[in-house]
Amino acid sequence: MSTSTAPVAAKSEGLFSKKNRKLITDPLNDNNPITVQVLGICSALAITVKLENALVMSASVMAVMLAGNVIISLLRNVIPSRIRIIVQLVVVAGLVIIVDNVLKAFVYDVAKQVGVYVGLIITNCIIMGRFEAYAMGNKPGPSALDAFGNALGYAWILVAVAFFRELFGSGSLFGVPILGDAAEKTRLYAFGYMNNNMMILPPMALVIVGIIIWIQRARNTKLIEQA
Amino acid sequence: MKALRNLVDSVKPTFSKGGKLEKLHWVFDGLETFLFTPGHATTSGAHIRDGIDLKRTMSLVITAMIPCLLFGMWNVGHQHYLAIGEFTALGDGFWEKFLFGAIKVLPIVVVSYGVGLGIEFLFCSIKGHPIQEGFLVSGMLIPLVMPVGTPLWMVAIGTAFAVVIGKEVFGGTGMNILNVALTARAFLFFAYPTMLSGDKVWVSTDGQAVVDGFSGATSMGHAASGNMAGVVPMMDSFWGFEAGSIGETSVVACLIGAAILLITGVGSWRIMLSVFLGGLAMAGIFNWVGPMVGNAYMQIPMLHQLMLGSFFFGLVFMATDPVTATQTNTGKWIYGFLIGLLAILIRVVNPAYPEGMMLAILFMNVMAPLIDHYVVQANINRRLKRATLQTA
Repeated sequence: MSTSTAPVAAKSEGLFSKKNRKLITDPLNDNNPITVQVLGICSALAITVKLENALVMSASVMAVMLAGNVIISLLRNVIPSRIRIIVQLVVVAGLVIIVDNVLKAFVYDVAKQVGVYVGLIITNCIIMGRFEAYAMGNKPGPSALDAFGNALGYAWILVAVAFFRELFGSGSLFGVPILGDAAEKTRLYAFGYMNNNMMILPPMALVIVGIIIWIQRARNTKLIEQA
Repeated sequence: MKALRNLVDSVKPTFSKGGKLEKLHWVFDGLETFLFTPGHATTSGAHIRDGIDLKRTMSLVITAMIPCLLFGMWNVGHQHYLAIGEFTALGDGFWEKFLFGAIKVLPIVVVSYGVGLGIEFLFCSIKGHPIQEGFLVSGMLIPLVMPVGTPLWMVAIGTAFAVVIGKEVFGGTGMNILNVALTARAFLFFAYPTMLSGDKVWVSTDGQAVVDGFSGATSMGHAASGNMAGVVPMMDSFWGFEAGSIGETSVVACLIGAAILLITGVGSWRIMLSVFLGGLAMAGIFNWVGPMVGNAYMQIPMLHQLMLGSFFFGLVFMATDPVTATQTNTGKWIYGFLIGLLAILIRVVNPAYPEGMMLAILFMNVMAPLIDHYVVQANINRRLKRATLQTA
């Protein structure tokens, strides 16, 4: 693969052409990294107990993926294909260390909670998958869009799952107790409502992701395999 | 009867294809076949059609559960009056106790059926297939495995979860992997642990003052916390005069149910017997090990151990569920034996779960297809070996 072989037509293509816009919209629905490719499930289970954590995690993944995709795309012609996985790992590991330190510096409380999972971004299959499947064969511009789209696709599932888990599991959103205080029995709790402990446990995240997949497939007929 | 038939016939066109309420066709069909035997007959070929469809099978199981339900109602009242110190003798105030229990239990039954059938009707109407009455049994089992103190909204949520996630996502009646009623209970058990275990929910005190020394914990709760004096005597446990989930306390009522299931051939005697043997084996092992490790819980006599808690209820009504149990005869022995074994093991050894029957059955539900697979495979291999030997 060399730079000179890029087709002429691609050069004249704008950054937000129809094809490039599809790079962003595709992962939101038709090719969602979590619900369709079923990647990154591990982090979706682990850090969706609270909305805040889910947002921080999404932002971290987006930062790592965006920067990583661009870097890999820039390096794509000089990376020997035999050791490309190692190179990709080095890039993503370096970025994760930076993100981890930024989190610790600015949002220490959240960083403590999501701590180990930020480190595990290194092993997030979505990121390695995008490096391998897209950045290794495309120019930096589209690669950035691709990373952005996939990170968004990842983020909205995480936030959706975290929304239900925090609302029903802790009775709050972003830590604000909107259903009332469980200990002092205010608002809903005054009527005997109780927090659903199951929502705090990881299996329920899987069930919620399952329900999202169910709804998505019921609405999006493209995803249904021909028997 | 004739008037009912006429009524059904007169509204039938409304629900048929092209009628005004075509969408509700399958709901109508479900109700019609519930009242009368299905009218459709085989028109060609020599086929024999059995009059027993799913609804009749299900009604047999419900009949088998009625002793448990009735006894449960009385026992709820009995435990209540024991707690507040009135009618403490067994024979006293039969109707007061029964009435009190009925008032507590019937709303749970109504909620369970209402929510479950509502969801089932909804799914059938959307998917356009006939209503299958799997829920008739689950809807009765769910109230029977709940503590009397469970709030109605929790029953509703548990039922909805079990029907949608436990059954409909797998394709509806007959396709579920886990026992529906136990899915509901397990969901509530993990979601609201304080409402499904402990010592506050088993006896309905109704806000009245309780007598001195009243604890409210079940025998299992006492035993798990090391208070062996709190475990009721074996005969009380046999008849069911103890605190517990609504329908599971009485071994006698369960055995009457078992007799009905076995005589009509609905329940599998292999599973029932093997669960019993499995439990007996584990209790026997504990009896043997118990004195060595000095664990009082392990030393409860074998039969007494089995009569505590929901062992018999699970044995008769849950383990035998034909959908979630193994299908092969050898498989049934393995499946049942392991349920009994695990139930007693979890109950005695794991302090976090005072009763192991629910988790044992759910676990073996998951394992059932695997057991069947290996039984069938072993059969194939054995026959293959025989066939090759003959040709050689």
